[in-house]
Order: sequence, then C-alpha cells, then structure tokens
Amino acid sequence: MISKEEIKHIAELSMLNLSEEEIQKYTVNMQDIVEFANKVNSLDTDGVTESAFALDTFNVFRKDEVRESFDRDELLKNAPSSNGEAYSLPSMMN
Amino acid sequence: MKNICELTAHEICEAYSNKELKVTDVVKAFYEKIKVDDEKIKGYITLCEEEALTQAEEIQSRYDAGEEMGALAGVPIAIKDNMCTRGVKTTCASRMLENFIPPYDATVIKKLKEAGAIILGKVNMDEFAMGGSTENSAFFKTHNPVNLNKVPGGSSGGSAAVVAGNLAPISLGSDTGGSIREPASFCGIVGLKPTYGLVSRYGLVAFASSLDQIGPMTKDVTDAAILLNTISGHDEMDSTSAKLDKKDYTKALVNDVKGLKIGLPKEFFAEGVNVEVKEKVLAAAKKFEELGASIEECSLPATEYCLPAYYIIACAEASSNLGRFDGIRYGYRTEKYENIQDIFKNSRSEGFGEEVKRRIILGTYVLSSGYYDAYYKKAQKVRTIVKQNFDKVFEKYDLLLTPTAPTTAFDIGSKINNPLEMYMSDILTVPVNVSGVPAISIPCGNDSEGMPVGLQLIAKHFDEETLLRAAYTYEQNKEVQ
Repeated sequence: MISKEEIKHIAELSMLNLSEEEIQKYTVNMQDIVEFANKVNSLDTDGVTESAFALDTFNVFRKDEVRESFDRDELLKNAPSSNGEAYSLPSMMN
Repeated sequence: MKNICELTAHEICEAYSNKELKVTDVVKAFYEKIKVDDEKIKGYITLCEEEALTQAEEIQSRYDAGEEMGALAGVPIAIKDNMCTRGVKTTCASRMLENFIPPYDATVIKKLKEAGAIILGKVNMDEFAMGGSTENSAFFKTHNPVNLNKVPGGSSGGSAAVVAGNLAPISLGSDTGGSIREPASFCGIVGLKPTYGLVSRYGLVAFASSLDQIGPMTKDVTDAAILLNTISGHDEMDSTSAKLDKKDYTKALVNDVKGLKIGLPKEFFAEGVNVEVKEKVLAAAKKFEELGASIEECSLPATEYCLPAYYIIACAEASSNLGRFDGIRYGYRTEKYENIQDIFKNSRSEGFGEEVKRRIILGTYVLSSGYYDAYYKKAQKVRTIVKQNFDKVFEKYDLLLTPTAPTTAFDIGSKINNPLEMYMSDILTVPVNVSGVPAISIPCGNDSEGMPVGLQLIAKHFDEETLLRAAYTYEQNKEVQ
C-alpha cells in the first residue's frame, strides 16, 4: 500500500510541489492504480525478453554533416527570460 | 449538392477540378460555420484565418492557371494541438505551453503543406494527450456534436468533434492508447491509427514515444486513405520511422472482402462491453460474412494484461518525456522563485494539470529504485507476450474485428473524478498500441440514445491496405442503421 510519505518522495523526484490536499488525493488514486497495475505480476514471464518498442529497432544513425540549424533569435522568442544571446537564470553559485 | 461544410475531402477536390467550387469560398464557408457552431462544440483552440485565406487565394490562382496540384490542394484541415506548426501556437491544451510558438513544422505538417492542405486551426485535446474525454484540457471542454451533453472522447476529442460537427472536412489526431479511435467511435467518424513507425513523429510533442502515432480522422474511409498517403513515409528526423517504399493506399479502396479471414477475439467481447455496442458490432461481423468474408472466434489470451502494462509503460515514458518542461528554454515559468530549484518545481507544479501530474507521479514511481523490475521491466515483458499473441492470430487471420470502445460516449463529468474508471475506456484500444499494429475505427450504427457505435478492425504490421479495403467495403455496403 502506497503511503503519503511515498507520494511526497516521488513528487520530490518528479520536481513537483504538491499541496496537502493533492498529496491526499494522489495517495488514494495511486493506491487504486498501483493495485490495478499489480495485475501484470500474475502473468508468467519466465524466460521472456523485454521489448522497448513494438518493432525491432536497431541503432539508427544519420550522416554527420553540417545542416541548417535554428535561428537563435527565433528560439529565444519562446524563452521566459533571456538576455538576447542566451537563456537567463538566477545565479546558481554564490 | 451537399452544403460545403458537409463535403468530404475527396468531394471538395473533385468540385475544385470541375470548377464547381472555389478554394476561397470553401475556406470562408468553414470559418463562417466555425464562428456560429464552435460556440457550442468548442473544438478549436487557435484559428489561422488570415493565413488560411491568403493560402486559399494562392491555391485558387494555381487551379485557375491549370497547374498540377497536390493531393489535398485547397482542402481545409484541423490539427490536434500537439503537432508543431511553425509560427502558430502549439499548446498541448496545457498552461505549460499556452504561449509556445514552434520555430519549426512537424514532418506531417510539412507534408500537408506540400500537398496543398490549408490549416484551419489547432484543436482541443486532453492535456498532453492524457485522457479519454478531452475534459483534461486546461482551457475548456469540447462537446460531442451528436449530443452536446456527452464527451467527444479523447484525447483527440477536438479533432473528432470538428469533423463530426462539419467544422473541418478532415483532421489529424494522435493515438497512444486509443486517442484517435475512441473519439472517432464516440463522434461517429473514421479514425485510423497506423502501424508504429509508418508516420513520422518528428514535431509531435511526445507523450509515450514507443506508443505514439499520428493518424487521419475523417468522414469516410476514402479520405483516410488519401490523408494517409500524404502523411506516411520514412523520415530521417524520427529514428523509429520505418524504411519502407511509399504505397498508394487509395488502391486498397476495393469493394470486396471475399475470402478474407476475420477473427473475433473473444476477450474483446467479454464482460464490461455494453450490450448494445456488442449487438451492433456482431451485426457488422455478420455483414462481413454476407459479403463473403469468413468469421471465426479467436483468442488473444494476454489481453487482460495489456491495460495495466500500457499504463506502466506510457506513464514511465511520460514522466521522462515531460522532464524537459523546466521553465527555462520555453513554456511556462513561475513568478515565484529565488533559485533554480524553485523555477523547476514551481513552474511544473503551476503549469501542469491534475491528470498530467498524476501520470508523472505514477511513471516516476514505476521507474524508481525498488519498483523498476516489478513494474517497468515486467510491463516490457508483457509487451513481448502481447506481440507474440498478435503474431500468432495473424498467422491464421487477415483481420481482427472488435468494438472500438466498451461503451458509447458518456456524459460530460461522469467519469472525471475516477481516474481508473476513465482508464478502462481504453481497454479495447491499448492492445493495438502495445503491439504496434494498425487499426481503424468506423461507425457501425447508433445505440438507443442515438450515440454512434464504433467498429474496430485490426491488421498485422504495415498491412493498412487490408484494413482500408475491409473498412471501405463495409462502408459501401452497410444499411443505414
């Protein structure tokens, strides 16, 4: 059974702040959902290999060649904050 | 002649060629109708009227000059708001991307533009494609045009509603666990989820990368084939894109199913499937038999494990994919911060809606240390078994026939407080994504409340032709129900 403490820990790993009300709600939801997800454990998968994709995929490479890239100004238009050359952030080291 | 807004894409193209309609008139007719009817349906998030009218004039002058035109020249289309459109907002129906203007076109958008299609606007969806009713949009709920009190399905609910409500002749949706087929079923239109890898995902905002696939949502099977012709094909910008020769899917539009072997997987008709839905789908199966196909019960024994495995895999991938939303390079940034951690956490907490957070939490949980083997790794093994199940039935059958959803469209608000119940709506569609095979939903009648019932046909990998041929044959021969 998932506890509120576990939900708080998972939220921390997910970079989410949850209110007390949200923690309560997600704890109840997750108990239901995880109980349902537990069903997978009743299928015998001994000797079965995992599939990451539906089709067999192999390493896919393309030629290492110079191509047109994005325009910096256009990219920075979507930035919440920039100095016109780069994304701006609060100081990370004091 | 039908009203302009009721026409299919192929009827519109024919009318252009015969000089019965002008591109500008068609585009204007749709915007006029949108202005009146979208107040009730609420399908569109963003309209591109100015660009669309300019493009319409340009295409009309090319028609007038007798130039050779692309397959969708002058055909209006609505796009689910999780596909990047250069210079046009792409919100994913999320506060997180409310003001995001992509600097590039998704590959499907590039292909549509090359074919001459005109984008009418971007349509509503469940936030980041997570949901089955379009009630999880951060902006507003979309209503089912057949009955405005009902949900249109989801997550491509806007794409289905605008086509069913004659606010666009065709649209694009995306399908991770049924998000094209379920809304197509609920609104009474055609929805095709292609084989994983057939359509490029470049520029599709990722939800669960190993399952996501873009596909056509249309009024008839012919339009689905035409639209699939335009959007399919190898793309080196998507490393999971299949390297195959381009096909002409309209050649599969043949009115003949004689000799086709169709399996009815018994697990898809089990408890939980509404009686009226089952009746309509079995009547459709009978119709196929009358038309010369053989019908036989079959089994996909691992079906019951698909839904839990799907939610584990999809949420695990989502929690990783949505890690990119950090409030720095694009998207929402909180106003409340003193340090970088605050920016990450507060931007994500304020920018994501309830269902998105729930799935990030579930995904992070199943990937966290101590649970990874029990859930994520186990679900990946279930995926292998499900694929083997499908491979086995396709040794014997050309197609599988099932209901698309266990019920018809439900009332707005009726499932929103019970996430697990909402997840159950996907029970008949997720096995298709887990195994990567293609499937189509086509209308097969209405229930006693007048709500459409969807019939799902499933084919083996890259056999969209058999899907389209069978769907087309049924469409041409079904009696009005």
